[in-house]
Amino acid sequence: MVSLSINGQTYPVDVPDDMPLLWVLRDVIGLTGTKFGCGIAQCGACTVHLDGQAVRSCVLPVGTIGNRAITTIEAVGNTPSGQKIQQAWLDVDVVQCGYCQSGQIMAAAALLAHTPNPNDADIDAAMSGNLCRCATYVRIRAAIKQAATGKAELQQTIVSMPEGAAS
Amino acid sequence: MSTELLSQASKQDEPVNPHRRHMLKASGLAIAFLWLGGTGTAAAMISARRQPGDTAAAMADGNPPFVPNAFIRIDSEGPVRLVMPTVEMGQGIYTGCCMLLAEELGVGLDQIKVEHSPASDELYGIPLLGGQITGGSTSTRGTWSVLREAGAVARSMLVSAAGVKWHVDPSTCTVERGVVHHVPSGRSLTFNQLAVDAGKLPMPDKVQLTDPKDFKLIGKPMRRVDSEDKIKGATQFGIDVRMPGMKVATVMACPTFNGKLASVDDKAARKIPGVVDVLRLDDAVAVVGEHFWAAKKGLEALVIDWNRGENANLTTQQLRDAIADTARNGKGIVARNDGDRPQGTVVQSEYQSPMLAHATMEPMNCTVHVTANQCEIWVGSQVPMRAVQEAAKITGLPEGKVLLHQQYLGGGFGRRLETDYVEQAVAFAKQVPYPLKVVWTREEDIRHDRMRPMYHDVISAVVDANGLPVWYGYRTSGGTVLARFAPGAMGKDGLDGDAVECVVELPYDIPKGHVEWMRHDMPPGIVVGWWRGVGPTHNLFVVESFIDELAHHAGKDPLEYRRSLVQKNARALGVLNLAAEKIGWGGQPLPARVGRGIALGEPFGSHVCAIVEVEVTPQGEVRLRKAVAAIDCGIAVNPGSIEAQIQGGLLFGLSAAMYSGLTLKNGAVEQSNFNDYRVLRINESPMVEVHRVINAEAPGGIGEVGTAIAAPALANAIFAATGVRLYKLPVDRDLLVQGPDALKSVVSATTHERRDIA
Repeated sequence: MVSLSINGQTYPVDVPDDMPLLWVLRDVIGLTGTKFGCGIAQCGACTVHLDGQAVRSCVLPVGTIGNRAITTIEAVGNTPSGQKIQQAWLDVDVVQCGYCQSGQIMAAAALLAHTPNPNDADIDAAMSGNLCRCATYVRIRAAIKQAATGKAELQQTIVSMPEGAAS
Repeated sequence: MSTELLSQASKQDEPVNPHRRHMLKASGLAIAFLWLGGTGTAAAMISARRQPGDTAAAMADGNPPFVPNAFIRIDSEGPVRLVMPTVEMGQGIYTGCCMLLAEELGVGLDQIKVEHSPASDELYGIPLLGGQITGGSTSTRGTWSVLREAGAVARSMLVSAAGVKWHVDPSTCTVERGVVHHVPSGRSLTFNQLAVDAGKLPMPDKVQLTDPKDFKLIGKPMRRVDSEDKIKGATQFGIDVRMPGMKVATVMACPTFNGKLASVDDKAARKIPGVVDVLRLDDAVAVVGEHFWAAKKGLEALVIDWNRGENANLTTQQLRDAIADTARNGKGIVARNDGDRPQGTVVQSEYQSPMLAHATMEPMNCTVHVTANQCEIWVGSQVPMRAVQEAAKITGLPEGKVLLHQQYLGGGFGRRLETDYVEQAVAFAKQVPYPLKVVWTREEDIRHDRMRPMYHDVISAVVDANGLPVWYGYRTSGGTVLARFAPGAMGKDGLDGDAVECVVELPYDIPKGHVEWMRHDMPPGIVVGWWRGVGPTHNLFVVESFIDELAHHAGKDPLEYRRSLVQKNARALGVLNLAAEKIGWGGQPLPARVGRGIALGEPFGSHVCAIVEVEVTPQGEVRLRKAVAAIDCGIAVNPGSIEAQIQGGLLFGLSAAMYSGLTLKNGAVEQSNFNDYRVLRINESPMVEVHRVINAEAPGGIGEVGTAIAAPALANAIFAATGVRLYKLPVDRDLLVQGPDALKSVVSATTHERRDIA
């Protein structure tokens, strides 16, 4: 039996020690926001935070986690950097298919928490492990900068009111 | 035929005749799909007035009081529900469709709830494709008129219901954000309050569409309707489906094509905690677990003996040799023929394009529950009805007993136009009583893709004294996706229209041409599939690389050369000039080994020019510095989506051209995961600017346009930087090394670094 602290809650789970956290989250606990993309830490779709650090959960055996705090996409919005990143993601409409975006947002939120004003090289270093086949990279880069500075980087989306109302 | 749409778009004051079908200009994949004759699919088209026809359909959609058509459901309370005829795989079509419906209906995008459609050709068939298919960049072109009309029909009925209630002329009522107002009397009723009454009214024969100058939503960069859930990890993709009693399987199919399962020893696998079952098909094995990890451990513990079959020794080189022979010597099916090649200077080249995997971020998966009299499927599919039909065949159930629950797609790119992964999941699931989720590993996903075919092309031109072409010749050889996917759509003499798309017609003023296709089927078992940009992606690489060669041959600047050939084509000239202006073509001189490449094309009913700027290191590494695209796709529904699709599509194409290619050894795909099937990462990705030509022409396709134009712009840029012409994709860095000394410096740098570490 392993006890995991996920998003501020404790989950006792009866799984083998070598089972990667990804599958415990998805198939045992039912937190499916964290995605499976490659299984070998090549794509970053499974990125979560372990004590605030971005890690690839597809290669992280649950037995090695101990009492470190796990944060997933479902709760990253409760952190200041996660909240800023998610808002910027909406403002410039980063997502396309969206499948990799949980991992992108987790990686970007960790970046912002440690490097409040990342430059392009910081973004490359932190985000190059996260693949996006829709290739939303231009907007990812812009959204990270926008989240950091609060300054609009690209054309901002309209939700509805007042400009996008239908009458 | 596009003029009809155009006139409709520009003459909004004329009422829409509901019985007139708008034929759209077919291009790209859609050309291939125009097989309406003879197969009875003419009825399989979306309509602004057709409703779900039976009780089951009504119950499935919650039996709302107002269902004027298959796209709008209004209940007595809650948000307006909009049902999407196509599927969302990232291209932003849910947002586009919602904008078309909401614009005419009179609701904000913050007042709606989006729903996937059930599987139904009759209700959701796209005319260009003859069925409920999302592909070929046809969705906006296929829904632009009908969804606005559908919204207008609903609005008209809601307003009529209010008029009846208030005893006023409906024309004195207004609609705003889901509320009907009668200003003179100060009365208002919401759509919810009017739903029951509106549901009892007859359909209006004619409705008035909004004048484009009064559009509130269309043309604005509206936020995607699926963004909010996607940034929270709340969107349910196929792979996220969970239900009580469900087990998870992962599979391995025979590594060789057409190979079979000989035997499998599962004793060790069954001892692994969490392993539930080991299932067999004649060409694959699945291990079922309580969770994916148990299934994967179980799969690794199997001792499998494959009968590797007829392709056991197949290599890529054998395939390449055979296709090259066909391209040079095969008898072609003529797609264009303006007579014999004239006398003059001939320029000729041969180009090769590789097999490609789709590598959607969400690996193939499908959840199935087969019971005695029903088969339920949860899957993200670009072809829901085809999936239903295949599942019915496998289970022996009637199609009406196969219920498909559409999911969001974690990428499609053509991969999910196939049903192989659904068929396999159904075949496994019918062996067990519980709901079974089959999830492929990434390795399985790469090795058992329905890969983009390889091609070999011979292109030639006769040029005049100024180096301008007076005739062009094209001999393209490759496998055919269409002959399998829609045999009825094959053209005259068995021509695959997709194979010659964007080369039968060029944007350029070249008086004569001869285009032929040499069908070259792969060995049995190698099934080729649609890949983003389909025929145009491959043909534009060849044609636009060759136009660059001709410019070089003529000693002309590639921009000026193209300009001189598109003087009669205003839209092509427009995007060419816009892109050139935005990147500053011909301005400041570029540094050494930096170059810019142009590509111009007219795929999918749109007009596009891409200019890519690269730097090639002395060691042959290619760095993408910048890309500019100019797009003329006519009326823009959501300019934000257009920008995103051109940006992402272009990078998708650059990614493949830079890195991707599937190869075979001993009959099996050599690549397996993102470590050896390399794709573009953010640190390798350039800034991509997208500029739009604004006009009121009929909408063109968008989702595949950027991809189709990417590779030639890259190859031409590399030529400009190095003088090396790339006749083969992906980019071969060995060809781009500046000289022997360049590599020596790498070796010494590496050695030095090692010394430091030691």
